[in-house]
Amino acid sequence: MKFSEAWLREWVNPAIDTNTLSEQLSMAGLEVDGIETVAGEFSGVVVGEVVECGPHPDADKLQVTKVNVGADELLDIVCGAKNCRQGLKVAVATVGAVLPGDFVIKKAKLRGQPSHGMLCSLSELGMADDSDGILELPQDAPVGQNIRDYLKLDDRIIEVDLTPNRADCLGIKGLAREVGVLNKLSVSQPLITPIAASIADKKTITLSSPQACPRYLGRVVRNVNVKATSPLWLTEKLRRCGVRSIDAVVDITNFVLLELGHPMHAFDLAKIDGDINVRMAEEGEKLVLLDESEVVLKTNTLLIADSNKALAMAGIFGGLHSGVTTETKDVFLESAFFAPLAIAGKARQYGLHTDASHRYERGVDPQLQLMAMERATELLLQICGGEAGPVVEAVSEADLPKAATISLSQEKLARILGISIDKAEVSAIFNRLGLEVSDTTDGWQVTVPGYRFDISIAEDLIEEVARVYGYNSIPNLAPKASLKMRTFREAEMNVQRLRTVLVDRGYQEAITYSFVDPKVQQVLMPQQQALLLPNPISADMSAMRLNLWPGLLQTVLYNQNRQQSRIRLFEYGLKFIPDAAAEGGVRQVPVIGGVIVGSMHNEHWNMENRNADFYDIKGDVEALLAQTSATEQFRFVTAEHSALHPGQTAAVYRADQHVGYVGALHPEAERKLGIKGKAYLFELDVAALGLREIVQAHELSKYPANRRDLAIVVKSEVRFADIAATIKKVGGNQLVDLKLFDVYTGTGVAEGFKSLAIAVTLQDIARTLEDKDIQQLVNQVVSALGDEFNATLRD
Amino acid sequence: MNLTAILENALQAVAAAADVPALETIRVEFLGKKGSITELLKSLGAMDPEQRKQAGAEINELKQKVQEALNTRRDLLQHEQLAAKLAQEQIDVTLPGRTLETGGLHPVTRTIERISSFFAELGFDIKHGPEIEDDFHNFDALNIPEHHPARADHDTFYFNPKLMLRTQTSGVQIRTMEQQQPPLRIISPGRVYRNDYDQTHTPMFHQVEGLMVDTNVSFTELKGILHDFLHNFFEEDLQIRFRPSFFPFTEPSAEVDVMGKNGKWLEVLGCGMVHPNVLRSVGIDPEVYSGFAFGMGVERLTMLRYGVTDLRAFFENDLRFLKQFR
Repeated sequence: MKFSEAWLREWVNPAIDTNTLSEQLSMAGLEVDGIETVAGEFSGVVVGEVVECGPHPDADKLQVTKVNVGADELLDIVCGAKNCRQGLKVAVATVGAVLPGDFVIKKAKLRGQPSHGMLCSLSELGMADDSDGILELPQDAPVGQNIRDYLKLDDRIIEVDLTPNRADCLGIKGLAREVGVLNKLSVSQPLITPIAASIADKKTITLSSPQACPRYLGRVVRNVNVKATSPLWLTEKLRRCGVRSIDAVVDITNFVLLELGHPMHAFDLAKIDGDINVRMAEEGEKLVLLDESEVVLKTNTLLIADSNKALAMAGIFGGLHSGVTTETKDVFLESAFFAPLAIAGKARQYGLHTDASHRYERGVDPQLQLMAMERATELLLQICGGEAGPVVEAVSEADLPKAATISLSQEKLARILGISIDKAEVSAIFNRLGLEVSDTTDGWQVTVPGYRFDISIAEDLIEEVARVYGYNSIPNLAPKASLKMRTFREAEMNVQRLRTVLVDRGYQEAITYSFVDPKVQQVLMPQQQALLLPNPISADMSAMRLNLWPGLLQTVLYNQNRQQSRIRLFEYGLKFIPDAAAEGGVRQVPVIGGVIVGSMHNEHWNMENRNADFYDIKGDVEALLAQTSATEQFRFVTAEHSALHPGQTAAVYRADQHVGYVGALHPEAERKLGIKGKAYLFELDVAALGLREIVQAHELSKYPANRRDLAIVVKSEVRFADIAATIKKVGGNQLVDLKLFDVYTGTGVAEGFKSLAIAVTLQDIARTLEDKDIQQLVNQVVSALGDEFNATLRD
Repeated sequence: MNLTAILENALQAVAAAADVPALETIRVEFLGKKGSITELLKSLGAMDPEQRKQAGAEINELKQKVQEALNTRRDLLQHEQLAAKLAQEQIDVTLPGRTLETGGLHPVTRTIERISSFFAELGFDIKHGPEIEDDFHNFDALNIPEHHPARADHDTFYFNPKLMLRTQTSGVQIRTMEQQQPPLRIISPGRVYRNDYDQTHTPMFHQVEGLMVDTNVSFTELKGILHDFLHNFFEEDLQIRFRPSFFPFTEPSAEVDVMGKNGKWLEVLGCGMVHPNVLRSVGIDPEVYSGFAFGMGVERLTMLRYGVTDLRAFFENDLRFLKQFR
């Protein structure tokens, strides 16, 4: 909320400057967001009176005036404003005046006529963005007075960002109360005179839903001049609180809203048929609002209705039909208390948010209705004239909020805050806050006034004490806790370690949005349904990711568009798989995934400059799997995935548990997404990686190891993993190492075949292997490979 | 030939030897099986004992001198040879090494790791929770009932009224307290989501939530731990202030500001004493236990720490930006 500092100071005026005041407010929990001046920087502008005003002899749109500024001579001033007329009190920038933007007023001639000054508009004084004509001052403005003093322009607009609990500060009255507490000053409320009824007209009020509206005050005011102009003091106060002047009646209700924090509404009496009924909307009932939009009301919505129809959405928005117009002669003023729960969320369900709903859903003082009514009547009669009827009050005392009585013990206060504060000091804080306090044997009993909706339990009182005592007067202490050792499972896979493996292997970590472009996702996973956001930021951020690849590939594109030719990226995070059986209908699976594309190394004077390929990314995946210390439990199996090249895709398994995929991006996807070069991808389900094996060290053999190299020829489609498995099976315990050191096709190997050069290392734990043992084992291996794969030894 | 002449010859030959093989030839010539000095030694047998003793000593002295000359010359030649070889093998050590350029962690991860390590040191467990969350854990259990204005402030991405992208990591507090009784010390880092996108908001960002519940946990301790944390995080003795604020799930509540380099206060985290309704909603008796909770925006802290000026840079993942964080 924005407010005028000068207005606040009419209520309570501590001897501190603006900055100190705003610091004080911030530190009391009313955070000051900004401080602005109320007018531009200017000098030399005084109150003047237009003594003569006539047409300019040589210009249709200009007028020639003589203006009295209280000096010995009248000033000749040429003015272009249509509203300039004889007798008007105006703001005169005299010669030598400096207006906002360092605009200096000099003696001039306009179309041959002398002009020794300028008559100013609000915008020329930096008090409005635009204005129609020159500023018209009240007739009693003293000629010659500096306009800054006259309009109290050395004021500031202070904007406080109020938290939802402090609705009591949504008005000058509440802010003043708070400033009074902080400065130990009493607050002087302006005199609000009750207006006695001069006519008997009234409306009967029925509270059909007393829990939602426990109190409703109505008053008829007849013969109101709705075309009266709001006085400058009023529009200035509104302007400095960020509210535009509309017409006198609206300005008055807005003034009361800002001054007392209490919303008011004015109806055109002529549009009310019969009496007032505050009731819930009926199914399908319609109402055209003041902004001319028609809403179909829900039955949870409280209405102000007459005998026949809905007039307004209670506490939220007035209706167009019953609103005050320029034709209105008689008004019906409303001042009501609507229960926060009856209003909360209702405006939002119609896409509305108004000053009234903002206050009512947070809580308006349930005792303030009469004061607000009298204030509004007083101003209405003063500005628009008219005759007021009696105030009619309908009330359901039982449904009004009760003043809460709360007990707080010294022990609890000390336990929660960690310090003990003198009992008398605490009582004094409560007193200043307007809470009724009495001492009990172990603490205090406090009765909370109706306007403090935020205080209902002992903890709320503790906050009030801490806030006024000063958070920064409370010491900082190290927490005390028992030193219970946390459990650390060695077998637990550590994601941080996985990240480090990839970083050390040249990957840069990315963090991409969890919602991706459904079109990109569609290209990669056309068969899979993703969870969609009903209200996304934009269409290309509307689908929850099914894996990390859409985000990673878009990051690849982003970087390729910025001349990056070597890209290695990984991400860790959740993927979101729709699954009716899971909590909330979605499985949220932590995965780690990566993409590589482009050259393997940065250009180098000595290293081969080749592009990354499948076996590079597979090596990275193997390095991750190695973190489990259980490499031998993992298998790479030929597989298919819609996003990947059908001939270059492996599924990763740990025993029978599927862990993830690694492969080349499908060439079609590559083309559709516009990726440059061959991209390779992987993604592993971190939970499926399983636990780390806890090492059980084995005895080392004291006997020599023997290496034998085998070159075998098999059909091309025979998989190395199968060959290795057979060799391991035959080799048993004596096979301590197996290396594939060459894969060859070409001259010397028949078409459709490949030659594999394999080194086996044999060793026994208990004895030296003799040549014949070794030869025998090698022969067994060769014959097994022959049996299973038709493998032959290469000549 | 007299011994002096032999010595003379030998020393000359040694001095003239150009390399180790030449030196070996000389050794054979003088000290080999048929070498001249060996021959002289053989001749000793024919002499009478008196003469033999005298001659023997002289010949041995000669032998020693030649041997010494040979050794010295060999050492010299070997040394020169090594020096020449080393000179020849010299390389430009300033050429770049063969390396796989290492990558780096995302700055947000880096901040989360730092924060986690500070609190892990104090025995806080690190907990994670789902990002698609139900209204109970994201709102109700945190004392934010259905029509509370705080819900409207959250710009929530809803899937339906019961299911949403979490707007805060505070739900993990609830999930933890549902399963564990105090004493509790946890922090929970992770992604959160708000439907807001402009210069200073991204629809996804990161928070670290902290919670400590025990008997006698107090506001002074909350202040103490956060002071220590902020000093540790920024590694400077910066000015810190606690400002009263409002969160439905804490009472009293505070926002914490640090003094920026520009002399302005910057809000870096929110905190407070856990609201008794929150404790009750998970079956912890607020008359026995109390607790504090805090939550901080990771991006904000990262920006302040590393001088990042554009929030959106974190999720653009421009390699030129990321590679600064090695």
